[in-house]
Parts: sequence; C-alpha cells; structure tokens
Amino acid sequence: MASYILRRGLLALLVALVVSFGTFALFYFATDPAQTIAGEDAPPEMVEEIRQEYGFDRPVSVQYVAWLGGVFQGDFGESYFWKQPVGELIREHAGVTIILALSSLMVTILIALPLGIGAALKPNSWVDRFALSTAVSAQAIPNFWLGLMVIILLAVMFPIFPVSGDATWRHYVLPALVLGASSVPAVMRLTRTGLLEVLGADYIRTARAKGFMGYQLIFRQALRNALLPVVSVLAVQLGHKLGGSVVTESVFSMNGLGRLAVESIFNSDIPTVQSLILIFVLTFVLLTLAADLINAWLDPRIRMG
Amino acid sequence: MNTQPLLDIRNLSVEIPTESSTLKAVRGVDLELKRGETLGIVGESGSGKSMTALAMMSLLPPAARRSAACINFDGADLMQASEHDFAVQVRGQRIGMIFQEPMTSLNPVYTIGRQLKETMTLHRKVSESEAEVRAIHLLEKVGLPDPASRLKQYPHELSGGQRQRVMIAMALMNEPELLIADEPTTALDVTIQAQILRLLRDLQQELGMSMILITHDLGVVSRAADKIAVMYAGDIVETGTTEEVLLNPRHPYTQGLLECVPGYRNGALKRLGSIPGIVPSMTGTVQGCAFASRCPRAVDTCRTQTPPSQEISPQRMYVCHDPQETRDWQPSPAPGLSQDMLVSPSQGQTPILSVNSVSCTFSVRRGMFGKRIPLRAMNDISLQVNKGEVLALVGESGCGKTTLTRTIMGLQQPDTGSVVLNGQRIETLPAMQRARMIQPIFQDPYSSLNPRKTIGEIIGKPLAVHKLGSRQEQLAKTYSMMELVGLPRRVFNSYPNQLSGGQRQRAAIGRALIMRPEVVICDEPTSALDVSVQAQILNLLLDLRDELDLTYLFVTHNLSVVQHMADRVAVMYLGEIVECGDRDDVMLNPRHPYTRALMDSALSIAPGEIVPDLGLSGDFPNPMNRPAGCAFNPRCPIAEQVCRERAPAPEIIGSSLVRCWKAQPSSDRPIA
Repeated sequence: MASYILRRGLLALLVALVVSFGTFALFYFATDPAQTIAGEDAPPEMVEEIRQEYGFDRPVSVQYVAWLGGVFQGDFGESYFWKQPVGELIREHAGVTIILALSSLMVTILIALPLGIGAALKPNSWVDRFALSTAVSAQAIPNFWLGLMVIILLAVMFPIFPVSGDATWRHYVLPALVLGASSVPAVMRLTRTGLLEVLGADYIRTARAKGFMGYQLIFRQALRNALLPVVSVLAVQLGHKLGGSVVTESVFSMNGLGRLAVESIFNSDIPTVQSLILIFVLTFVLLTLAADLINAWLDPRIRMG
Repeated sequence: MNTQPLLDIRNLSVEIPTESSTLKAVRGVDLELKRGETLGIVGESGSGKSMTALAMMSLLPPAARRSAACINFDGADLMQASEHDFAVQVRGQRIGMIFQEPMTSLNPVYTIGRQLKETMTLHRKVSESEAEVRAIHLLEKVGLPDPASRLKQYPHELSGGQRQRVMIAMALMNEPELLIADEPTTALDVTIQAQILRLLRDLQQELGMSMILITHDLGVVSRAADKIAVMYAGDIVETGTTEEVLLNPRHPYTQGLLECVPGYRNGALKRLGSIPGIVPSMTGTVQGCAFASRCPRAVDTCRTQTPPSQEISPQRMYVCHDPQETRDWQPSPAPGLSQDMLVSPSQGQTPILSVNSVSCTFSVRRGMFGKRIPLRAMNDISLQVNKGEVLALVGESGCGKTTLTRTIMGLQQPDTGSVVLNGQRIETLPAMQRARMIQPIFQDPYSSLNPRKTIGEIIGKPLAVHKLGSRQEQLAKTYSMMELVGLPRRVFNSYPNQLSGGQRQRAAIGRALIMRPEVVICDEPTSALDVSVQAQILNLLLDLRDELDLTYLFVTHNLSVVQHMADRVAVMYLGEIVECGDRDDVMLNPRHPYTRALMDSALSIAPGEIVPDLGLSGDFPNPMNRPAGCAFNPRCPIAEQVCRERAPAPEIIGSSLVRCWKAQPSSDRPIA
C-alpha cells in the first residue's frame, strides 16, 4: 500500500510538471514579457534593459528550471502586475476559494446523494421523476444565470443574504448553492444508476434471502458498492471547484483564486499565472489520487489488487 | 411424531405481466415436503423451477404476481405473511437459500466474517462473539481449512468452491428447517461439484433439515434427492421417488430428458435422443398439454384437452393423456450410427495435428505494483490428433486448456515446442490457409456472435473476408451451410438475440464450418445449453464429422459428453497432460489418480447411490503457486516422498501415456 501511494504520488507530480512546463513555454512564445512589463509604448532600449534585468533573454527551459527551483523553496516569484510576491498573492486569495469549494461540495453531496438514493429506491416514482427533472434543469441552466437569479430572489427581493463579497459566512451561502448545484446532475445520476445496478446484483439477492430489507438493505449492503464511482466523480468536481470557479467568483465579486487567475491572464502577469496553473494541476492530480485511495479503502479488491 | 408435512404448497401460480400479454411462469404447482426429506425439482431452463423457489421466499421480481391456495410452512400460511414478516421471521431464519453463482453471490466489499455474522445478529439477540463462534464452527463443518482466519478474508480471495462453502455456511447460521439450493453446483468444476453435493447431503442428514434441490442435472438429483418433481412450462408433470421417476419414468418429457443424457443407456457413439424445440413461454390461455408441441407421441387429444393427473400412488403421479406407448417406454438403445463409425480411426496414421513438447510461461503481476510472478500455463505438452478422430481434452478451469487451444490455433506463441498442422508448422501458415484448416467453436453462443449482424452475415462472413467466390456463390454456400447445421432459411435475416441458445450454437458451428476446415476445436460447445439442446448439438457434431470428414479437438469438463463423443481422451492438470489414451482405457481403467478422481466425480444417473468421496483434498491449485515435484501431489491420495520431490515424466502404460510415479497397471482396479 505504501509503495502504491508513493508511485501514484510521483506520477501525479510528473503530470503536474509536464502541464506547468507546457503553459510556461506557451506564454513565452505567445507574448513578450519584457514588453508587457515596460508597457505598450515604452522605447525599445527600455524593453531591452528589462529583458536583461529579468533574464528573459535566457532559453525558456533555463528560465523554467530557475523558476521551478524557486517554487521548491517556496518562492513563486514576483508579480509584474501587482508588484508583490506571488506566494503572498495566492495565500491572500486561496482562503475564499477553499471555503467556497468545500461548502459547495457539501451542497452537492447533501442534494445529490439523497435524491439519487431516493430515485433508485423507487424507480419511476414521483421521487425519481422529481430527481430527474432537477438534474435536467440544473444541467441546462447556465451557472452565471442561476447566480443572477438567486441574487435577485434571495438578496434583492427578499434580502436574506448579501449580494456580493466574501466578508462573512453569510456571503458564502448563495455562491456555494450556485456552485454546488452545478455538480448535482452528474453526481445524482451516478448515484441513481450505481445503486440501481447494485440492487440488481446477486449479492443483494443473497442479502434479501438472509432477511435484509428496506433501509438496512440499502445502507448495510448496497451503498458502499454503489458509492465507489461516485467518489471518483466527487473528487473531479472538487478539483473543478478549487480551480475553476471563475464564473461564480465573478458573479458574486469574491476575491478567490479564480478571479486572480483571470485578472493575471488579462494583464499577462506570467509569474502569477504559472504559479496558479501549477497549483491547480497539482490539486487536481492529488484529488484524483485521494479518490483512488478512498476507493481502495472502500473496496478490498482494489486494495489487495 | 409430527406427521404433518413441513411444507405444503397448493396451486401456486406466478404471473409476470409483459407489454403485450401475461407470462405464466408457474401454473398451479402443488408440492409437499416432509421434515428431513430432500426434494429435487428438475427441468430445463424456463420451466419455472427457480420462480417456484423464489415465490416460496417471496423474493420474486417486483413485477411478478404470486397467487396460491396456500403455502403452508410448519402450519402457518406464508401467503398471509407480509414482506416484513418474511424478512424478520422466514428468510435466513427458518428457510435458508443457496444460489447458483458463488462468484457473485457474496458482497465483494465486506469480509466473510461480517457476512456470516450479520445473518445471525440480524435475527437473534446474540453478541458479536457468539456469532463468531458459530461462524467458525460452521466454516469448519463445510470443510474450509483454518476457519478463524477465513473470517477476515474477502470473497475475492476465495475460489468458487470455497465461496459456495461459505454460502452454505451462511445459509445454515440460524439452523433453518428448510434449505433451498438453486443449482448449487452448476457453476463449479466437476471435482468440486461432487464435494459440494456430498457436503450438502451430509449436512442435510446430520442436521435433519429438509432440502429442496433445484437443478437441471439429472445426475445430481439422482444422488441427492429422496423424491423428484419434474417441471415443464411452469407445471409439475411428474412426481415420485427418485428411483421411480428415473428408472420408470411415465411422462414423455421425463423420458425425453433421460434419453438426452449421454451415458444413460450405457452406450457410446449412439445418437442421443433429443427433445425438439424449447420450453414454450406460456401466455394467454393454454389449450391442451403444454408439452404436446414437442412430444413424440402426442395425439389430437393432447392438443385440445388439458391432460388429467394420473395418480399411481399418493406420492407418485404424472400429468398426461397417457397413450399406450408411454407406458411401454423402455430405455432401449436408439438407432446407432453406421457401423464403421464405431471403429476407431486407423492407428498409425500420420496425425493431422501434432503438438510437440509445447511449454508456455506467462509472467503475472500480483497486485497493481507487485512483483512479476511466472505462471506456467503449459508444461511440455505433446498431443497427436489423427484424421477423423475426436480427441477430448478434459480438465478443470485454470488447467491451461484455453492456452493450449489458443496455441494450437496459432493465436498464442509458445515459449518452446511446436504445433504442426498437416505437416506444416502453424506459425508459417498464412492466416488464410490456417483459417481453412482449423476453426474454433466457442462455449457461449450468447456472446460469441456479433449481436448487430444477421445470422446470414455471421455465417457467410468468413467467405467475404477471404473473398471466396462471387456474392451469389457466397450466398448459396451460406444457405447450404444453414441447411447442413439445421437452421431454417427464415432466420437468415434474424439477429442472434432472436434465436434460441441451440440455434445460436448451430449458427456458430455454421460459421466455423463454412471455410471447410479439417480440424475443428470445440471449446465446451454445449456447456451453456440445456440437456435436451445439448443432445441435439452433439448429434449434429457427430453427423457433420461423418459428412464432412472432420477432426475434432473437443474441450470439455463434462465426462458423459466425453464418453459419448470421444475416440481418445487427454486429461490435463495444471498445465500438463497427465494421462492420454483411448477412451475406454482412460475412462474405465484410469491409471493416474487424478483421472480416477475425475471419473469418480462424474455423476451418472444412479438413483439411491451416494455421492462418491473422491479422496481429493482441497481445491484446484493456483497455477502461480506450483507445487514442487508432481503437480498433483498435494491433492493426491497416494502421493509418496518421490512425488513431492521429482516431477514424473510421461510413460507408456498399455495404450496410454501417463505422467505419474505410481501409475497402476491395468489389473489393479476393477472395471467400473
């Protein structure tokens, strides 16, 4: 098991490095960082001077290694645009994103799992139809529109929650709801089909022949098997939420990593973008790894190979 | 003494509404079972046996509707019991149940121990440790070595036979009064089959339980049941004691079933009897006898009037209009095949197929990142198949049969040794020529035919692939092949799912033979089929051999099929051929202890006879963990020091080749 974790961890690191180098290189071929720092109208001598000073004249691979070496020592470089260390920037913004992602994941789980289980218990009943229509509409409604709608409804018409910002826990309720809703269809459907499939399995027939029925049958026999695929999807969804809640953060004017990333890209702030991408990729692969480990813990067949 | 029957079912019916009509899966079944008695329910698939059992347990699929005058179990009518009563008082508590598929019937994510214990803690106020004591006790009873440590294992760590033992132990946790075993041995290897059946029989007698044994295998019921109910199309057509029903069957269906069993008439190379068609689905109102359409002796009355129940004694009845011939039925030899077929093909001929000292080792990773471990799938295998001969290859799952057949077809490269087909090494043959010389027929006609192609396309495909002849000629050839394998022209445009299992296997045979190969490799071609259909397919294969001058390599684990089909037999164990010789030599006078155990495990129809004790200990070994010395030594009843140290080389004894240090000369063993 230990070597399994180690190997998967190394693999995850490799993936993260490849992706981050790819984006690093792309940036350097697509834009001229010296020009960006100097400004559009700067005289060529000044641009050249900056190029020398920042070391942009070195080969891309050398620059990448230099940057990566810094990263390993906790130094993500200096933001050209915000004129402060990138590490500091990220720390300032990460809290908002992490709280938002985790709370929206809770929203997803609290809505999707009960709906999925209820739908699987009584296929084609009103619960099932309700769950299905919820899934279809949640999938069809664009996230930003849903955000605007809940703002109009719950912040403007009935001012229960604040319209925007990230100062108190009350600020997080609406964005968590909106962001959480986006993952409900996938998770709900997977729970439903997974559980339905498991309920048709031979070992469930065995359990019924042993005298299990109703909720005991679901919770003590079926659910663990049905949740295996759901765990993997939840991990991916959490990854999306940690890395890409750009729309939700923008709609609710929250100062998270998503907005930081967008603004850095608009301003060609290469050190910030690079660092963010490295962090997003790492988060994603580590979450996938975590999902695999949870599955291995749930399923002895994976654990023992 | 309580003379009241434990179980008394009156007029049980199960109906399943479908879109267009209602399927009558069970039609008015009456059953009676005394305490301590074993009832065998026999019939083809679709006869309603399992539905009857599930109805007793109220475990029917949600759409099914159940009705009965009564299902009296120990004096209480189960028809009045609610779902809650069933779960709390009946299932797992007073009636235990074992299912066919041991590989999938245990929950994969929980330990054996938890699954055993919860059966008890669910129903009784017992502590965890009390339940554990009982679980260990029962695991010991069902013959699992080291039961205490088994509790911590998960189902995937056990073999099929071990899992079925766990299933049995689980069903017995609460000392049920009735045990329902639904095809408990069907999915297991033959030697394991005999062990499990013996175990069930012993436990039933020891615990004084009643048992209902549902099976399609007449050999199984003949050894384990006190009385038999034969089911057809949802109804019981004949009942009686095991002896009466099997030795003196009255219903034409029972008679037909018995004629289909290879070896029942003690003659090999005879055409088997067969029952044409399949069990009809009973929908709408049923007119006349349900069996009339397949009955060889049906008269007009059978098609119009419901047959009466003929009662011979209170325990013995059959449902039939009872024409005179039915009463006079004798298990007489059916018309044999032509005389020259009974003669083994000439000896000393150059073999059409020869396998020369083939070995093959795979390396298998244990666990996702575990060490690579060598798995020796074939070890120094040599075989010769002569033209026109049927060589049966016998062995349990995991013995390397599949690797050997793949090697013979040139789909797998051996590490050492060679396969020579008609004087040419198989790997030097171009694919086209190879396809015209050797073709396979697979076990499962449900998955070996492409579901999106029509039968005509499937059979004619090889011609199209090899661009043989014009489109017209290909079509003509396809039609004549369909005729040859007994498929009606109208199924040309049907898809595989519209055909019955037997018809699909006919299509698979047609596809294999359309290239006119000389050698056909039949890999368990009938094991997925009902016994009546199996007989049709075996007859067809023998006829085709005659007509097309074919040579068969017949892979099977069914010894009565071997007895019926083979000229010579090769027995395989853990990647080695341990015995090879003429059929009668190998089957009647086995020299290798493994062959002997195999032959003993064949459950021929012998009412009242006990299930043989094979003297084999343990399960089929894991090929990754080959024992030192003779591969068979850990299970061998006569192993000695030398067997544990050195591997025996093949040796010629009589007409057979045997790989054993202690192979017995022929006179030591009485002819079975």
